[in-house]
Amino acid sequence: MAVKKAAVTKSAAKKAPKSKNVVHAQPVRETGTQLVKRGLADMLKGGVIMDVVDPEQARIAEDAGAIAVMALERVPSDIRRDGGVARMSDPEMIEGIKAVTTIPVMAKARIGHFAEAQILQSLGVDYIDESEVLTPADEAHHIDKWAFTTPFVCGATNLGEALRRISEGACMIRSKGEAGTGNVVEAVRHLRSILGDIRKIGTADSAELFEWAKQLQAPLPLVQEIARTGTLPVPMFCAGGIATPADASLVMQLGAQAVFVGSGIFKSEDPSRMARAIVEATANFNDPDVLAKVSRGLGDAMPGLEIGSLETKLADRGW
Amino acid sequence: MSPTIGILALQGAVDLHASALARLDIEAVMVRTPTQLDTVDALILPGGESSAMSKLLVLNGLFDPLQIRLHDGMPALGTCAGMILLAAGVLDGRADQRSFAAIDIDVRRNAFGRQNDSFETELELPEIGEVPIHAVFIRAPVVERTGAEVEVLATIDGDRPVACRQGAVIVTSFHPELADDLRVHELFLAGVAA
Repeated sequence: MAVKKAAVTKSAAKKAPKSKNVVHAQPVRETGTQLVKRGLADMLKGGVIMDVVDPEQARIAEDAGAIAVMALERVPSDIRRDGGVARMSDPEMIEGIKAVTTIPVMAKARIGHFAEAQILQSLGVDYIDESEVLTPADEAHHIDKWAFTTPFVCGATNLGEALRRISEGACMIRSKGEAGTGNVVEAVRHLRSILGDIRKIGTADSAELFEWAKQLQAPLPLVQEIARTGTLPVPMFCAGGIATPADASLVMQLGAQAVFVGSGIFKSEDPSRMARAIVEATANFNDPDVLAKVSRGLGDAMPGLEIGSLETKLADRGW
Repeated sequence: MSPTIGILALQGAVDLHASALARLDIEAVMVRTPTQLDTVDALILPGGESSAMSKLLVLNGLFDPLQIRLHDGMPALGTCAGMILLAAGVLDGRADQRSFAAIDIDVRRNAFGRQNDSFETELELPEIGEVPIHAVFIRAPVVERTGAEVEVLATIDGDRPVACRQGAVIVTSFHPELADDLRVHELFLAGVAA
């Protein structure tokens, strides 16, 4: 952790007269530290982060109990349908959403597009998603996320990718899944891959950790940390294909600590009900009675896509 | 028999409070239902999003039973969102946001700004000893009014209360569960035992 400065001495704090002429020594306040950045991710655990494209959707999401919203111009299923280059959202639209919500607002930057990320930081968004859902801006490099005060979340399909993102400064990992498909199969694959390898590393001996680091193309100290703690060093959420309360429960039971729902809410027949049902299902993911209750009569979920039929696999973006 | 400590486990940094208690050799009960609430003697309300937790408390049928327990004097520790839930009044909250009035304070949500303004600092909290506590404030609330019965345990910027106590209820704007320091949890447990 960065420098910790001592607080003002007790006597100074107590005895200094309250006068406008006296400048009180304040304990140093540090912003943008790893603890502060990861801390917000910790607070989002057990919740649902919803994609929204306008203030009205943001209001519906917050009313339903979302713990954060992701402001973007088009949900992934529309990006998939429309094609073309998908970029950071218009600042005006992000500000419109910030203005109507009391919960954290996240926004997406293209992979490697640090200028978009600088703009999002300047707008004061609470988390930046360096996202494969947008068209990548750099085919070799991700953003150096240590350079920012605003924390970053990044996607990963396997443990090596997750650890490379963490070494670049990501403070939250989400398994990528396949955004905009309403098909949870890829989310399950990625989650199982990441958490399965974490379990295997937990049983490896110290010599084997070098081989793990080599195979994963990940920094050795992070691999050693996983061997010691048995978990990823940052919170691990799940995204990409969650379309029903049962999907949310499935990924939470597999070990995700919170869920991102993109097209799954506002492409369903009754977004407000679907949103609330997924919130309840995520909080009570282990209680089949609650899941049965909230899954009832929700109308149609978003139309789903077979992974084999996709022209573009968004999860393949990122290196 | 030692008292049973519960953690409200609807959303938020539930696991961090559980591991803080585990380091004090206490196995906490996760509270999501009224039945689980019945089994605990004291409750920790963790950090998270107070608006979402308030909603889930109602949906899970926990709001009324928990309000009764709190008004009957059940000890409680609320950190950040937990403090907002235990407060009497919430400023800058949602219109439909409900709180328990278990401690006579009004709090303002996100009083220090958004995430870019979240910070960590050393905070004087004399009740737990002379060494300041390392306090992490994340989109944190601040106390804007304290009732006559309320003790202010710590302030920031000279006069803004960020830790308060009334009877067996303790609230903090910051997250003791995010730092290694267990003294706030110990202070709470001392109040539970008393």
